[in-house]
Amino acid sequence: MFTFEDLQQKNPALEFQKVDVGGDEAALVSRNDILEVASRLKNEFGFDQVMDALGHDRMEKRDRFEITYNLRNHTTKQRIFLKVRCDERDAHVPSLVSVWTGANWHEREAYDMFGVSFDGHPDMRRMYLPDDFEYYPLRKDFPLMGVPGSLPLPHHEDADPRFDLANRGE
Amino acid sequence: MPLNDALQSEGFVTAKLDDVINWARRNAIWPMPLGISCCAIEMMAFAGPRYDVARFGAEVFRFSPRQADLLIVAGTVTYKMAKVVRKIYDQMPDPKYVIAMGVCTVSGGIYRTYSVVQGINQFLPVDLYVVGCPPRPDSLLKGLMMIQENIKNDRPIAKGTVIGGTEPEPLDIAIPMIEGPAKQTDSRTSRIYMN
Repeated sequence: MFTFEDLQQKNPALEFQKVDVGGDEAALVSRNDILEVASRLKNEFGFDQVMDALGHDRMEKRDRFEITYNLRNHTTKQRIFLKVRCDERDAHVPSLVSVWTGANWHEREAYDMFGVSFDGHPDMRRMYLPDDFEYYPLRKDFPLMGVPGSLPLPHHEDADPRFDLANRGE
Repeated sequence: MPLNDALQSEGFVTAKLDDVINWARRNAIWPMPLGISCCAIEMMAFAGPRYDVARFGAEVFRFSPRQADLLIVAGTVTYKMAKVVRKIYDQMPDPKYVIAMGVCTVSGGIYRTYSVVQGINQFLPVDLYVVGCPPRPDSLLKGLMMIQENIKNDRPIAKGTVIGGTEPEPLDIAIPMIEGPAKQTDSRTSRIYMN
């Protein structure tokens, strides 16, 4: 079974930090190294699919956002996690689409929900929300009922304002 | 005199033009199914052989809004989808009617979040609310019959408007009209509100 010590032994120059995610192998990698680590994991250790890429708002001053890649080796049936963090003011991380094409939509979803943009992504657009929406709804400081007026509705002259909860500011 | 005898002896019957027009309109409602989420399954049962909407003349589901006169919005409407729903409504020819099916459509339902419209009456004139999660097909059938009743009471010619250019007078608040035919053991209560 692969452990991150194998990767360290093969490539002593790479820097990463092992983290505990409750059983599976996981490592926190810096932004500068993640492309290198990812391509080595794919080419040398057979992690041939990225199952998912998740965003996470840690609500901390430094390294507020964390992206977790869920990798799978289909030969050994092993699953590992690769994490990378970035600041709120500098919210971008390298895209892994050049390594795994399947990361494309997962990264777009993380961008849509958290506003972390992925450098080198071929199609960095929103996934679910309208293109002109200005907020990132899964950030912890986003109100549950949204920002009043940020999502316009089609005009309806007979609309009853009592039902317009979004713009009433509840 | 029964209709058949009248036709056989005289060869004609007399009636108000309003009644004839309304009779034709209400017995040939062509619904536009807008099955956005799970309520669509109940809407399909409503059209299927067990509940059989063909008994009420509304079996011709049209997937083009230009050929339909009843819009059944069945499912959660998000803000992104609202523009599409409104566009489909705008493409339908008058006279047109709208049924809001299921609590998500009526009020947002369990989805009290930023992305779901809290009731489609914010951007559409709704004629009938069929409440339930999901409503049973017989509730939707009852709703269709209430729409037919509404058409029956319409007076397009007498009002001096273009035929079918009239809309039912909206009431100020939604009033509960009937208790749904849900079984006692069934937690999914269905109710219908007429706007």
